[in-house]
Amino acid sequence: MAELLRIENLHVAFPTDDGLVRAVDGVSLSLNEGETVAIVGESGSGKTVTGLSVMGLHKKGAAQLSGSIHLKVGDSTLDIVTATDEEIRLVRGRAVAMIFQDPMSSLHPYYRIGNQLAEAYLVHNPGKKKEALKRAIDMLDLVGIAEPDQRSHEYPHQFSGGMRQRVMIAMALMNSPRVLIADEPTTALDVTVQAQILILLASLQKEFNMGILLITHDLGVVAQVADKVSVMYGGRIVEQGSADDVFYKPAAPYTLGLLKSVPRISTHGSERLKAIPGQPPSLINLPIGCAFAPRCEFTSYAVGNICATDRPELLGSSPAHLSRCHVAEATRDRLFVEELKEVRK
Amino acid sequence: MRNFLVRRIFFAIITLLIVSAVVFAIFSLIPFDPAALTCGQRCTDQIIEGNRVKLGFDKPLFMQYFLFLSGIFFGRSYGAGSAAFSCPAPAFGYSFNENACVTDLLREALPVTVSLALGALTLWLIVGVSLGVIAARFKNKWPDRVSSIFVLLGTSLPTFVTGLALLIWVTIKWKLVPLSLVGYTSLLENPFKFFQYFILPWITLAIAFAALYTRFTRAAVLETLGEDYIRTARAKGVKERTVLFKHTMRAVLAPIITLAGLDFAGLIGGAIITETIFNLPGLGRLTLRSVFEFDLPVVLATTILAASVVIVMNLIVDMLYAVLDPRVRI
Amino acid sequence: MSNDVILKVENLTKHFPVGGSRKKEVVKAVDGISFELRAGETLGLVGESGCGKTTAGRTILKLNEPTSGRLIFEGQDITNFKPGKMRPLRSQMQIIFQDPYTALNPRQTIGKIISAPFEIQDINPQGGLKAAVQSLMERVGLNPEHFNRYPHEFSGGQRQRIGIARAIALKPRFIIADEPVSALDVSIQAQVINLLEDLQEQDGISMVFIAHNLSVVQHISDRVAVMYLGKIMEIGETNALFASPHHPYTKALLSAVPQPDPRTEKTRERIILSGDLPSPVNPPAGCVFNTRCWKATDKCRTEVPELLQVGSSQVACHFPEV
Ligand SMILES: Nc1ncnc2c1ncn2[C@@H]1O[C@H](COP(=O)(O)OP(=O)(O)OP(=O)(O)O)[C@@H](O)[C@H]1O
Ligand code: SF4
Ligand code: SF4
Ligand SMILES: [Mg+2]
Repeated sequence: MAELLRIENLHVAFPTDDGLVRAVDGVSLSLNEGETVAIVGESGSGKTVTGLSVMGLHKKGAAQLSGSIHLKVGDSTLDIVTATDEEIRLVRGRAVAMIFQDPMSSLHPYYRIGNQLAEAYLVHNPGKKKEALKRAIDMLDLVGIAEPDQRSHEYPHQFSGGMRQRVMIAMALMNSPRVLIADEPTTALDVTVQAQILILLASLQKEFNMGILLITHDLGVVAQVADKVSVMYGGRIVEQGSADDVFYKPAAPYTLGLLKSVPRISTHGSERLKAIPGQPPSLINLPIGCAFAPRCEFTSYAVGNICATDRPELLGSSPAHLSRCHVAEATRDRLFVEELKEVRK
Repeated sequence: MRNFLVRRIFFAIITLLIVSAVVFAIFSLIPFDPAALTCGQRCTDQIIEGNRVKLGFDKPLFMQYFLFLSGIFFGRSYGAGSAAFSCPAPAFGYSFNENACVTDLLREALPVTVSLALGALTLWLIVGVSLGVIAARFKNKWPDRVSSIFVLLGTSLPTFVTGLALLIWVTIKWKLVPLSLVGYTSLLENPFKFFQYFILPWITLAIAFAALYTRFTRAAVLETLGEDYIRTARAKGVKERTVLFKHTMRAVLAPIITLAGLDFAGLIGGAIITETIFNLPGLGRLTLRSVFEFDLPVVLATTILAASVVIVMNLIVDMLYAVLDPRVRI
Repeated sequence: MSNDVILKVENLTKHFPVGGSRKKEVVKAVDGISFELRAGETLGLVGESGCGKTTAGRTILKLNEPTSGRLIFEGQDITNFKPGKMRPLRSQMQIIFQDPYTALNPRQTIGKIISAPFEIQDINPQGGLKAAVQSLMERVGLNPEHFNRYPHEFSGGQRQRIGIARAIALKPRFIIADEPVSALDVSIQAQVINLLEDLQEQDGISMVFIAHNLSVVQHISDRVAVMYLGKIMEIGETNALFASPHHPYTKALLSAVPQPDPRTEKTRERIILSGDLPSPVNPPAGCVFNTRCWKATDKCRTEVPELLQVGSSQVACHFPEV
């Protein structure tokens, strides 16, 4: 499996009137062909900012970027962090495409669907208007829009929410990109429509052998489609591993807390939810030590007061399953086994 | 679309009827004897009564209104015998002060005002929209700062100040444009003279509006640039120039056109100050003169004309909007 | 939980006129729903966006005038009560809104917001207003010292607590919670759900809990009603309904919800409904679900199914699953 995208030690900060917002604070991850990597985390944990960085969509003055984002473009790679605006523009929509959370507002209200799709092709293949329009219709057909020829002449407001998300997906696929970034692609949709879209994405991924970077806060969606998972908290990755590891052998207290607090559908009645106490941290004033320390119930298992003073590194006995916590891995394994029994009875 | 048009035109006509009736009623309530106003100081009761009958002021009010309306469609004649005179359709009444049919007065004044308004509109759209776009594109940089000074000056300086200043400096001090231009020349007759005649009034009017349009455009462009669909365009790899001039401007256009249509309609009724400063024989000055001289038929006609322009422009703007915004279905 | 019925909804409809004045089209937002709510009970109202959940809630509280049907609250028929007559009842019925960001007046301190119900009803609580408000704040897990702060100084979860404090201030018998946790993150969502459960138990409040998230609804509800296009498709005791759904729509809905368990999720058979929700202006004839139902026959396209007993639930389907 060829690696399509490798993010290394990415930092993104936004200077604001209240101080520097460290939205992404040392994120590293990699995405291979045909693979789905999920970034999961709560609101404001830096998921979208990470996705937008890969697209080079942050404003030059407004965001401070460091680290590197190696994107495979044809046979070579391009570092999005250091590339020029024009280099990035030529890559956008061609080597990497993105679909957004809100399909209602992500399409231009004044242009016909067909033309909006065609534009994605025309930008990278100037002058081929006829081909572009034909491809637009093919793509609409591919994402399951009935009568694509006729519907390509319609405007976005004539499409329902689920259809618009299909259109967004069709638009992203116009140039057969290798990498697709899907930022909460189903959050604005109803569950029955969400199911349709997730299945569509999976089948298209097979067909194009794409790598998908899926950004979501929904652990259910992650479980359904992700091969690998990165859990983010306060702009940092606190756990990274295969979906199986993260869901069945969580190593970070925050991941465990999330798994305990999601309500599940069960066949034998339900018990009280185990909420994580407290609030997510402010990105302007992150705690000096572990960002999760004020809410963590395992601090007493760490040496001394280290959770409050030192920031844990992303480590693990296997490089395929990393976590950020001062408590010894063996101790956590032992403690979490009991906790997990509570979760899945 | 056809249904919408028919309905809107129907409502426009109804509105016009109501407006004209109301204006008519207001003027008839003014405590002046309209007949007495028709002749000068050496008036005898006889002349007054004669004119009253001639102009139909002896008839009941609704009859007068009816005569007024029918005059618009069929023309109207006044008096009888050798002293009779008539105004062909569309007749809006007869001005004793000027000894002329009101329609003829309007016919002379209207082209002046329309030329004034159209020229100014073009000018302020070009300047205002461009400045607004530039200010938005270079937000918080020096072009934005410069344009904000322009906005501040343009919106705070009253028209008579800018107008007089232009007049004094450009024509009197620097003599760039001749001062005493006699009479209005149409564009077709002599384009050069036409521009010379109108350039200062255009600038005077346009400054105030251009400032408003700069501010409006800047805000609209900035808001649109923050929209999700602009981000989508960028994500496709669209050039920044295209993002601004195609995707953004397309969305900003509709509200600007609406605004322009309504402002234009407003000007037809009342660019009084500019017309007065530059001594332009337009509708505004005609209205002003007739108000001072109690030339009621003219005041009535210009008021109704101004109202009609507003109503018609509203209709046009709504139709344009429907063409520009596919979400508005009509 | 006792057996006294505190709220009875009979054949409630709410239609909104749409389009120009000439067309006589209506959105059938709520189209004939009936259920009973017992004291201390929580009824979950689930369905996809636009199925009429929120309208149902608002109409039950008479924040909308019902188009037809009957509302009986504590034995009184309140269907045609005028606002003046509703006022004393308002202290008995409260609502909690979805969006903790817009439901609170940004220019009022939270002390002011929480004391509003007392002031509106002209009630002077024992020990004074401030003490009452502060004890409410403590009950919902807010620091009472933050009495004089403004809503923007609080996070989403805390704002939802403010909304809850306001709702329980007058010890209501009945609360409608309209998507109270949808805008919140999972970890915060769990806090708020637990809080609601605790308060409800302590005060014996009956609740209609509106949500689109089935997991949340199962967790909090004693009984569940599944809505689709303004109608109830299935209503029954929660665990029975989730264990053996009888209506095809309920079944599809349950099957569509992804669970946080990759091993089962990756292989699970799912029922994937085709298409989107039809417009509530022109709902399909017969069974409103027939355009997306895999079992639909000609009968479904012509005859409206009635809500009938199947197993322990009531189901509106000609061919219920068994
Ligand atoms: N342009 C910006 N200027 C300043 N701060 C920003 C900017 N963009 C994002 N942020 C901040 O960065 C942090 C991370 O934002 P991000 O959108 O990545 O979160 P997220 O994980 O995607 O959350 P959600 O689940 O709500 O989408 C937030 O605190 C956000 O307010
Ligand atoms: S480092 Fe300490 S505070 Fe952070 S997750 Fe581990 S135990 Fe909890
Ligand atoms: S009545 Fe028919 S269409 Fe409706 S749910 Fe039952 S089987 Fe499906
Ligand atoms: Mg996001």
